Amino acid sequence: MGLAKRIIPCLDVTAGRVVKGVNFVGLRDAGDPIEIARRYDEQGADELTFLDITASSDERDIILHIIEEVANQVFIPLTVGGGVRSVEDVRRLLNAGADKVSINTAAVTNPQLVTDAAARFGSQCIVVAIDAKQVSAEGEPLSWHVFTHGGRKDTGLDAVAWARKMESMGAGEILLTSMDRDGTKIGFNLDLTRAVSDAVNIPVIASGGVGNLDHLVDGVKKGHADAVLAASIFHYGEYTVRQAKEHMAKNQIEVRL
Amino acid sequence: MADIAVIDYGMGNLRSVAKALEHVAPQLDIVVSSDPDVIVRAGRVVFPGVGAMPDCMRELESRGLRQAVAEAAQSKPFLGICLGMQALFEYSEEGNSAGLGILPGRVLRFPAEAMVDDQGQKLKVPHIGWNEVHQAAKHPMWSGIPTGARFYFVHSYYVESGDPDLVAGFTLYPFAFTAAVARDNIFAVQFHPEKSQATGLTLLANFVMWDGRAQSGDCGAEACR
Repeated sequence: MGLAKRIIPCLDVTAGRVVKGVNFVGLRDAGDPIEIARRYDEQGADELTFLDITASSDERDIILHIIEEVANQVFIPLTVGGGVRSVEDVRRLLNAGADKVSINTAAVTNPQLVTDAAARFGSQCIVVAIDAKQVSAEGEPLSWHVFTHGGRKDTGLDAVAWARKMESMGAGEILLTSMDRDGTKIGFNLDLTRAVSDAVNIPVIASGGVGNLDHLVDGVKKGHADAVLAASIFHYGEYTVRQAKEHMAKNQIEVRL
Repeated sequence: MADIAVIDYGMGNLRSVAKALEHVAPQLDIVVSSDPDVIVRAGRVVFPGVGAMPDCMRELESRGLRQAVAEAAQSKPFLGICLGMQALFEYSEEGNSAGLGILPGRVLRFPAEAMVDDQGQKLKVPHIGWNEVHQAAKHPMWSGIPTGARFYFVHSYYVESGDPDLVAGFTLYPFAFTAAVARDNIFAVQFHPEKSQATGLTLLANFVMWDGRAQSGDCGAEACR
């Protein structure tokens, strides 16, 4: 027995509430972030991820207060992302109680930020989030591009090469979201997950598309993910985190029960 | 005089360590401090830290904390966490740097060629997540924690103890590495008790109660594993 595969509930937060959309649009309210964080902690979540999807910068401080409050009550690792643009943004989130900070768009516009933040705070707390979308046509070899700005902008960068580059620049972990799958509930993009996970030596968290517990098993077994992230299956009470872990254990995946 | 001083030397998020201690001991005076005087006079000392070893040593030096850490490590219940464990040893491969040399041994990077599990799957570095800690010796700090309990780890380097008797716990990734060491009033762990939910809080509660004496007598290899 060794390292357990992690299950990470993800909380998309805006204006102090947890919300969830489909393919990055059409938001639906899911509740109070502190209450939800406590519930997932009680259910045995291995970590929690908070993504601040607030559009306006004047509301950015709301997430800091939420993280402070959660960190006072919940003693598991917390990752926070969304709108992180500078080493100072990283510092503020870590000081509020985040253990890891996730960098997405800014890693593309300013890759040096990943190196600078890793040098200052250690690679272990720098997660690079990659939103990837399939660009190869039917019959062509599979390929995926990195998208930014909430999935609206194609950077033209190859997702697998980009993950490798982020590893070399100091990322400690990759949070990989399949944009084609996000919110669809048809399962992870396993080809994408496996391609990235096999290409790097740092852990990869699979995200986007989970609709049932078999999808989590597939993410680990077929996608080679080190951790699986899901939102809506937990938010709306379809499954508890504990049920997810029991299902993975039944499928010979090592989990923390 | 503070009941517990958490040493602040600019290495990472000390808030979570202090918050977790406050949670298990709300009645105690817990301070986060970079004042050598406060540290030397505190009842117990926690030496946490995340980040890189060369920065850790430089920060300790520049804040004039080296002597205070050494003194606390000799005289009172002392808990090292993660980088705060690694820094107690003589040498680290990370940045080729000297440590405090309070305990014999060195700190090594997980070797790339060894990182494969028994099914041939690649093992990632950093070692991030919940892994089992097997207790190698009886110790008051393990009270109420079963051997094999899972704690949260996040690190790329591990301690190779120069004295096998120091090892209080080990973890497999894929080989057995030192997850906890104990000597006299020192207990130090590679994992993060402040992020290890109920099990981690139990360990911190044990620290708050600990008189700083290791129990005599090794636990027989059989009984512990």
